[in-house]
Amino acid sequence: MALADKDRIFTNLYGYQPWNLDAAQKRGDWDNTKAILAKGRDGIIEEIKASGLRGRGGAGFPTGMKWSFMPKEPNSARPGFLVINADESEPGSCKDREIIRHDPHKLLEGALVAGFAMGARAAYIYIRGEYIREAETMFAARDEAYAAGLLGKNACGSGYDFDVFVHRGAGAYICGEETAMIESLEGKKGQPRLKPPFPAGAGLYGCPTTVNNVESIAVAPTIMRRGASWFSSFGRENNKGTKLFQISGHVNKPCVVEEEMSIPFRELIERHCGGIRGGWDNLLAVIPGGSSVPLVPGDQCPDMPMDFDGCKAAGSGLGTAAVIVMDKSTDIVRAISRLSYFYKHESCGQCTPCREGTGWMWRVMERLRTGDAAVEEIDMLQQVTKQVEGHTICALGDAAAWPIQGLIRHFRPELERRIADNVREAAE
Amino acid sequence: MPKVTVDGVELEVPAGATVLQACELAGKEIPRFCYHERLSIAGNCRMCLVEVAPGPPKPQASCALPAAEGQTIRTDSEMVKKAREGVMEFLLINHPLDCPICDQGGECDLQDQSVAYGRGASRYDEHKRAVTEKYMGPLIKTTMTRCIHCTRCVRFSEEVAGVDEIGALYRGENMQITTYLEKAAHHEMSANVIDLCPVGALTSKPYAFEARPWELKKTLGIDVSDATGANIRIDSRGREVLRVLPRINDDVNEEWISDKARYQVDGLTKRRLDRPWIRRDGKLQAATWDEAFAAIAKVKPGASVAAVAGDLLDCETQFAAKKLVGALGSSLLEGRQTGMDYDVSSLAAVNFNSTFAGIETADAILIVGSNVRWEAPLVNVRLRKAVKKGAKVFLVGQQWDTTFGGEFLSEDLSVLGNLPAHVSDALSKAERPAVILGGAALAKGALGAGLGLVGQFNLVRDGWNGFNVLHLAAARMGGLMLGFAQKGGIADLVAAKPKLVFSLGADEMDFAKFSDSIVVYIGHHGDKGAHAADIVLPAAAYTEKAGTYVNTEGRVQFAEKAVFAPGDAREDWTILRALADALGVSVGFDSFDELRAAMVAEVPALGEEGLAAYGSLPAGGGSADGVFGYPIKDFYLTNPIARASEVMQRCSAELLHGEDFAEAAE
Amino acid sequence: MADRHLEPDTPELRARWGNWTWNEVNAKKVPDIIARYPEGRQRSAVMPLLDLAQRQIGAETQTQGWLPIPVMEYIAKELDMPVIRVVEVASFYTMYNLVPVGRFHVQVCGTTPCMLRGSDDLLTACKARGMSKGHNSADGLWTLTEVECMGNCASAPMVQINDDNYEDLTAERLNFVLDELAAGREPKAGTQEPGRHTVEPVGALSTLKQMVSENHDYRGEW
Repeated sequence: MALADKDRIFTNLYGYQPWNLDAAQKRGDWDNTKAILAKGRDGIIEEIKASGLRGRGGAGFPTGMKWSFMPKEPNSARPGFLVINADESEPGSCKDREIIRHDPHKLLEGALVAGFAMGARAAYIYIRGEYIREAETMFAARDEAYAAGLLGKNACGSGYDFDVFVHRGAGAYICGEETAMIESLEGKKGQPRLKPPFPAGAGLYGCPTTVNNVESIAVAPTIMRRGASWFSSFGRENNKGTKLFQISGHVNKPCVVEEEMSIPFRELIERHCGGIRGGWDNLLAVIPGGSSVPLVPGDQCPDMPMDFDGCKAAGSGLGTAAVIVMDKSTDIVRAISRLSYFYKHESCGQCTPCREGTGWMWRVMERLRTGDAAVEEIDMLQQVTKQVEGHTICALGDAAAWPIQGLIRHFRPELERRIADNVREAAE
Repeated sequence: MPKVTVDGVELEVPAGATVLQACELAGKEIPRFCYHERLSIAGNCRMCLVEVAPGPPKPQASCALPAAEGQTIRTDSEMVKKAREGVMEFLLINHPLDCPICDQGGECDLQDQSVAYGRGASRYDEHKRAVTEKYMGPLIKTTMTRCIHCTRCVRFSEEVAGVDEIGALYRGENMQITTYLEKAAHHEMSANVIDLCPVGALTSKPYAFEARPWELKKTLGIDVSDATGANIRIDSRGREVLRVLPRINDDVNEEWISDKARYQVDGLTKRRLDRPWIRRDGKLQAATWDEAFAAIAKVKPGASVAAVAGDLLDCETQFAAKKLVGALGSSLLEGRQTGMDYDVSSLAAVNFNSTFAGIETADAILIVGSNVRWEAPLVNVRLRKAVKKGAKVFLVGQQWDTTFGGEFLSEDLSVLGNLPAHVSDALSKAERPAVILGGAALAKGALGAGLGLVGQFNLVRDGWNGFNVLHLAAARMGGLMLGFAQKGGIADLVAAKPKLVFSLGADEMDFAKFSDSIVVYIGHHGDKGAHAADIVLPAAAYTEKAGTYVNTEGRVQFAEKAVFAPGDAREDWTILRALADALGVSVGFDSFDELRAAMVAEVPALGEEGLAAYGSLPAGGGSADGVFGYPIKDFYLTNPIARASEVMQRCSAELLHGEDFAEAAE
Repeated sequence: MADRHLEPDTPELRARWGNWTWNEVNAKKVPDIIARYPEGRQRSAVMPLLDLAQRQIGAETQTQGWLPIPVMEYIAKELDMPVIRVVEVASFYTMYNLVPVGRFHVQVCGTTPCMLRGSDDLLTACKARGMSKGHNSADGLWTLTEVECMGNCASAPMVQINDDNYEDLTAERLNFVLDELAAGREPKAGTQEPGRHTVEPVGALSTLKQMVSENHDYRGEW
């Protein structure tokens, strides 16, 4: 059963229609938002919990539960903040951009609904600096919503005062980590904070803060309108809802598409992407959730349900559902080595293992790419990834380690072949 | 009091303790680089990883994790061993193998911990990182390839010194620690980052390539560069003091010392008086001890004798001088060289009663006539801590660059009699209100007016005494306890027209007023005092004699002798003892121990380390007015040792007078 | 990407930038930007102000702008924060140019999703035109940077030039865009694939076909 258009949340995903308030309202946004807020904080949180929505930013933490961690009693000295993570920078991920530039009002309305549910006084939308035109749209949409009385004092006539501000980043992947984002919002380098304290206790400006991905927030109003049971009717148990998939790489028609969770990989590719370039036999490997997750060899992919548990069972992860497809023309070692360079480039430099390890791993990967290495160095590299993984403040260290571990797990013969070829060439 | 288990041993730890502290309480050593007790927790070096259950199945940074009831902590598991080996390896891959030419060698955390926790061999086959050199001024030598990015120096500057000038630029493996535009670190506590640096990235520039730590004799001393009495360790080799480091004393200097305390010591070998001198035909000429003593005996002063104590003196020297002058029949003793004549009938009234540790807890502070940053940098650090805890600070006097904000009320002392309402309000409502009177206020006769605030704001209450005087001279409180004060100050001495004046290292006063007296200078440097003298007797500097010092809190502290005085110079008390013979009187002691016993018999408080009891505060009264300047014009050149120090001269020229020493070629 | 470094602090730099201030338009924007953050948290505005300054300098110099040290000091003063903290921020985030750049900042995404779709060809094309990574071209027109994932993976490979993205590129398409820019024209931004609108599958839509021609409201079908 394919997802029907009427069940898609992001109906203007491709931007055929204007993003502005008038057009958005005609599509159903900002439709009696006051009534949603009238359900009360607990009412909204319970509905979101019941819908089974899990965070769309990569970690998949249940969204309703996250909102419930915020203090129940308002405290004017320490107001709560909602921070919306629009720092979409994970290689392969390109969904939040489409929401922001084509459906910004879904995000703004979601900000109000979520912010109200968690008792926040304001939301900051942290949008990556490189999304320049997208940010312009976001600023303009925000101004429209203010002018229409949907945000600000007595938002939507609900009696609730809620502000939304847009903050632009300036080129740092690490700011997608929630505490780094908070640091950055405070005007500092984006270096992740130690936890505890967790943001819900002491986050932005030391106040209770929840950081949510754009997609998690933008789907909330529709869930509230259509009900938890509607949303949870899609996807397998524990993997509910609809989801924006972003398919890049060696498919015939790369695209972003909203689909039902748990859709099998083959179906996703066949239905929307025109199949694998050169046919299914030409499929080498897939990175199913953005650069941070290990690759899955091609032969294990076709039946993989595209959801949290399905990707996990294949030794990988759904991440942001950024599906990077690689056919057999791919230099797989280079493809992963380029990711290693990415992590070296984006390490904030704070923790020893990541600061020193990302550069080391990349340099070894570059030698493995050309075979200029010893076979033992494959094991050494594996050990180095293990020395980085789990030893840092944030998960960037893990994210740098996993792609390499995936490569060694599935393509060790290829690595060894290159070393052998290199030795042979040197001898000749 | 959570109960935790560390390597199978159950123990209770104080509430709020971290896992690292819990491990230490259990007697387990936890390696660390970024963690430092007196700085905020960064958690970035990852060396202190331990295994904690319940928790995620990965090692946890113990420095940042609160100890919680029921935790099981392992510091000896395979996971922990592997984690430490891994972090150690990462720290070393880009660290140069230049230990043989690194001044940190022998006292390097990285060296020590790699031996204890490292893997023993490197697997890193790539090029090591190159980092451009950074200039950090005349005191801090940098070798930034050695930097492990623990950010202790960044945190010290920001949090303790309060001068945000060190930062970590760029990111990832290109992260570089630097001062802003590679300007010299610009505050009085800057060199403490050298001690904090766990590797050889920041080392001591004046001490570069001087010695290895194991060659040095370590002596426990007390700093004399100001009146705070910082606890120091004097490292010497042979007759030379090579460096001074802070000792930990939470009550006094915590773990810091000022740059002057640390770096004036090269002045100990310059401009020294190493033989007696006698003025003949208007010129000082070299002489023998016998000739000098004979010349003094020839004065035949009878009871017409006085003694002026300098700022750096220990109590023993002052006591010996007091005994000598007393034996000759005089009681003309004074230490306040610049002519101050504040009332000393109650020493409580001229003491820093809150104590340094106490002033941190004050919640409203009025500072009158003190540039604390220059007069007592260590107290300034405490004031910053107080402000960080929420204290309001108000200041009277010319504006200076505090590191803690504060509101300057007026340059005129008359404001004391007419404090703005919000100031009175803050002091009245404070739970621990405090007033600090500086030397400039005392000189302007503001002691009475200051004491008047005691009653007005109820500064003394249960468990709290908020009245403080901040002196500048290390010798001051000891001198006052020994009676080195005349009612009219130095003017009383001038009026008495003594035939013979002993100048005990008195280098800050004008001796022209004693032009009819024979002035005998007993001291260690050829500074102002010696140049004004008729006879010069070479004595010992503070590192060259044991002695008792009393800091501005009234804290009695003992110092040991590190090295011998140069040439023919003698310890001060032996000179005074010999003078007694030359002048034909008896002072009642023949050894240092006898001297000390006699001194303690007279002033028992000097026999016991710790805070002396001065009784209760007298009533205040009177008013004060007028504008004033601060006594210190140049932080780096306040005493004869510092003035002789090339390092201090360089600091003065570069840091205060903006001379350009940027070492492009270095 | 070449290592970043600060432009040295020289008397010439001071002379050129020491008296820099906001222009009239930006001076009005600054209070509004600071007002986005709670009172006393004005430091939060350091990133937007650095961006604003860079853009103003870009307009003043007919380039994409950069941040001379005196300008960072100016912003530090404006926000009452230590200069070293401003420099930390400016040097941490890659979008702040620490040295002058050309009129067109050609930022070729080289991360794996773009690499898989041919970003090598784009870099080769740039180099064939005389650009080299991390450098400004002699005529001051171009600065080439290989950047990390720009979030246009479903329309890869892509290049960001100044404020616009050019997606679904080939070497020829990129050359066309660069020629247009050099000639002072404004080539269409976004996908360069004929017939493609944004990130939908090329050719026949697999979903949401009704949206193409009308702003369809699906609520009636719920």
